[in-house]
Amino acid sequence: MKMPEPDADILARRSEIIRKMQDIVPGEGVISEEDELRAYECDGLTAYQQLPLIVVLPENTGQVSEILKYCHETGVKIVPRGAGTSLSGGALPLADAITLGLGKFNNILEIDYENRCVVTQPGVTNKAITDAVEIRNFYYAPDPSSRIACSIGGNVAENAGGMHCLKYGLTTNNVLGVKLVLMNGETVELGGKHLESEGYDLLGLITGSEGLLGVITEVTVRILQKPATARALLIGFPSNEAGGDCVSEIIGAGIIPGGMEMMDKLAIEAMEGFVNSGYPLDVESLLIVELDGPEVEVDYLIGRVDEIAKKSGAVSIKISQSEKERQQFWAGRMAAFPSVGRITPDYYCMDGTIPRHRLPEVLKRISELSQHYGLRVANVFHAGDGNLHPLILYDANIPGELEKTEEFGSEILKLCVEVGGVLTGEHGVGVEKRDLMSEMFDEEDLKQQQRVKCAFDPGGNLNPGKVYPTLHRCAELGRVHVHDGALRFPDIPRF
Amino acid sequence: METLRPDNETQVVEATQWALSSQSSLEICGTASKRGLGRPMETAARLDLSRMSGIQLYEPKELVMSALAGTPLAEIEAALSEQNQHLAFEPINYSALLLGDGSATQGSIGGVFISNLTGPRRINIGSARDHILGFHAVSGRGESFKSGGRVVKNVTGFDLSKLIAGSYGTLAVMTEVTFKVIPAPEKSRTVLVLGLDNNTAMRVMSEALGSPYEVSGAAHLPERAAKESKVDYVTDANAAITAIRVEGPGPSVDFRCQALRDIFQGTGEVEELHTQNSKTLWSEIRDAALLPDKGDHQVWRLSVPPAEGAGIVRAVLDKVDGAVFFDWGGGLIWLSIKPQTDAANKIIRGTMSQGGHATLIKAADQVRSSVPVFHPQPEPLDQLSGRIKDAFDPHRILNPGRMVAGR
Repeated sequence: MKMPEPDADILARRSEIIRKMQDIVPGEGVISEEDELRAYECDGLTAYQQLPLIVVLPENTGQVSEILKYCHETGVKIVPRGAGTSLSGGALPLADAITLGLGKFNNILEIDYENRCVVTQPGVTNKAITDAVEIRNFYYAPDPSSRIACSIGGNVAENAGGMHCLKYGLTTNNVLGVKLVLMNGETVELGGKHLESEGYDLLGLITGSEGLLGVITEVTVRILQKPATARALLIGFPSNEAGGDCVSEIIGAGIIPGGMEMMDKLAIEAMEGFVNSGYPLDVESLLIVELDGPEVEVDYLIGRVDEIAKKSGAVSIKISQSEKERQQFWAGRMAAFPSVGRITPDYYCMDGTIPRHRLPEVLKRISELSQHYGLRVANVFHAGDGNLHPLILYDANIPGELEKTEEFGSEILKLCVEVGGVLTGEHGVGVEKRDLMSEMFDEEDLKQQQRVKCAFDPGGNLNPGKVYPTLHRCAELGRVHVHDGALRFPDIPRF
Repeated sequence: METLRPDNETQVVEATQWALSSQSSLEICGTASKRGLGRPMETAARLDLSRMSGIQLYEPKELVMSALAGTPLAEIEAALSEQNQHLAFEPINYSALLLGDGSATQGSIGGVFISNLTGPRRINIGSARDHILGFHAVSGRGESFKSGGRVVKNVTGFDLSKLIAGSYGTLAVMTEVTFKVIPAPEKSRTVLVLGLDNNTAMRVMSEALGSPYEVSGAAHLPERAAKESKVDYVTDANAAITAIRVEGPGPSVDFRCQALRDIFQGTGEVEELHTQNSKTLWSEIRDAALLPDKGDHQVWRLSVPPAEGAGIVRAVLDKVDGAVFFDWGGGLIWLSIKPQTDAANKIIRGTMSQGGHATLIKAADQVRSSVPVFHPQPEPLDQLSGRIKDAFDPHRILNPGRMVAGR
């Protein structure tokens, strides 16, 4: 992975930049000592590390605006950072860039039950929002597995998902508004407490833009009343095909479960060995289906799913009889990553999405690739929405094994695209999948996306080196190729 | 004016390149059912996508469909209905309001997404924009491009689908769209509470929406609006009607209806509408068919924080002679007023200090030319929107002036 060459002029201006930042953010908000910078050298994608030029921790929107304006005018690069839990290197520092940490934006500003929304600063964790409204039985629906640590600002930047997306949507479907500071220092408000934005949907565009378009300093999210009850089924199958069929049949019957997770044999063994969830060890694939809602609805749907599972060839079915048992079913799946971490020195988590019905074929080919590379893979799958997380098991201490793992990972993602899916379902492109973008998009597609970037950040100073493999200058992208001659087109039907 | 009717994307590219090279502009349309929406335009030619029609992919078990932009909405709804599925966001049918003919479902699938018009289910399922998964388009630079894909979970690159939804054809000519489809509910019922004033109705709707009973529609019809309904129960009540819809599997709907009736006990008289009547009432709410004074009255659509709906309506009706009804739990206000040269623009928008927007949906051409149809934006945001337009259509050949004068 090659990052842009550090700009020697910027490195030479380091002391001047530090002084300027100290003017804007008084107190201890500017970090420049190497031992303190270490804490920021990577995000959740720990394979890549880089010390930032400096770290700045502003406390209010005014300071963010001044910092961005200065950087815009003097050509200094900025890498925004929330809680640093990105799995794709979205917050990976650059040697010649300021890492702008939003950690001090850690207050919930308003809980508005009447309008069913929460206004919060971006550094507040995902889980803290639910915690704050739980007293009235409300919650914030998107629940990425890092929800204890990840920040809501980062969730917006990455369009974070989770286990309940199929029924309750991703971040983008649950954010009502943001306050956004543009690279030129201007502040805009997108959306608000009302349900619909008008004009170009910049709120939708910002969500999932991986910190390339602006810095979020306030977020308004909608909150929902918690479902009255939830129950789960634990269903074992003799093959991945049977498990995949069952998922299709459930959805085909018009049932949208609150959660639907699938895992393969190696994943089942790892989880059951780590957490005693009662997973059957004699099955090839295991499905957890959770139904939520009023008790009468849940009981009715449990019955229907049970029938469908039997018809699909399930060899074991357990239905949770208590809240404790439901949580026990989930405990293994929730601990998927540490479970796998226990059986291997290192693992690499992939994140492609595929059309659901291609699952058996994709798993078969992953298993062939696994043999080819001599690396084991455990697969966990958000079955409802087709989001596949293969975990490649490797040992970073064996020379060359990380590179081999990355190559294997690339092959998996290419396979996802080949069968009609995408490179990343919820972890983001970041630096990790940047060079694979052309597998999914052609040159024109990528150029059009970068023109949108130019509308926000013509100097290309905001989170450079992420998402897009080739950096074009905005002036070059802006040119229109007009063909000569005002030809009328005889072959277009005219009336 | 000349009309170009391309058969395929290549011809759309040719048409945009012709417009670029001859410095002409194009009006983009599908079935032209929403031509009356937005600012009136003067263009050199019309690009009519009605021949680019047909469902390209439909996999009911994957909950996904792709169709060429000119495919009639009616054709899509018929195909979905065969599989007990639907477009959950309830696309608005404006033909009664704008064309005076509400007899049939009109419009193309491209028009539905490009105008991001969403019905009552917005409160729990999202807008049209929440249902687009990907698209193909030709930009105002004469280049074809695509974005997104066919799967729900996708964060690969910028989400241009959101940007194209609600862009009214001012950024690119969408040629094909891929979207999420959802199982249609097994059963639908509506609980009616009679005789509430606007303030009480807001509170009742807020309570219903804050309950765990998954309400999929919450509207309040003051008596004048209720009188316009074709549902006897609603008209014959001779009172304001607050309508709360629940949908889903049969046993669940029965249970939730009863639970809501229990909540409303003591607030007002309570009635219940079953499937067919419920369906009729919600399509009337969706299509703004319940506004009295149809004729030449001007129509506004206001999106506001739900709890502020009643206050805003009081402030508007203090100064303007008009009629209203509420959807989205109070967050959407449909307002019709006596025709005025400025459509009471300043008064109406002046009441919305707490955020939200007002759109002038229906008014004579000269009014929509002089009054901003879409809510004016603060300067930095307006300039940013201008730069976005330039990123797709720098020579302003696509639907110029449809959203904002001069671009």
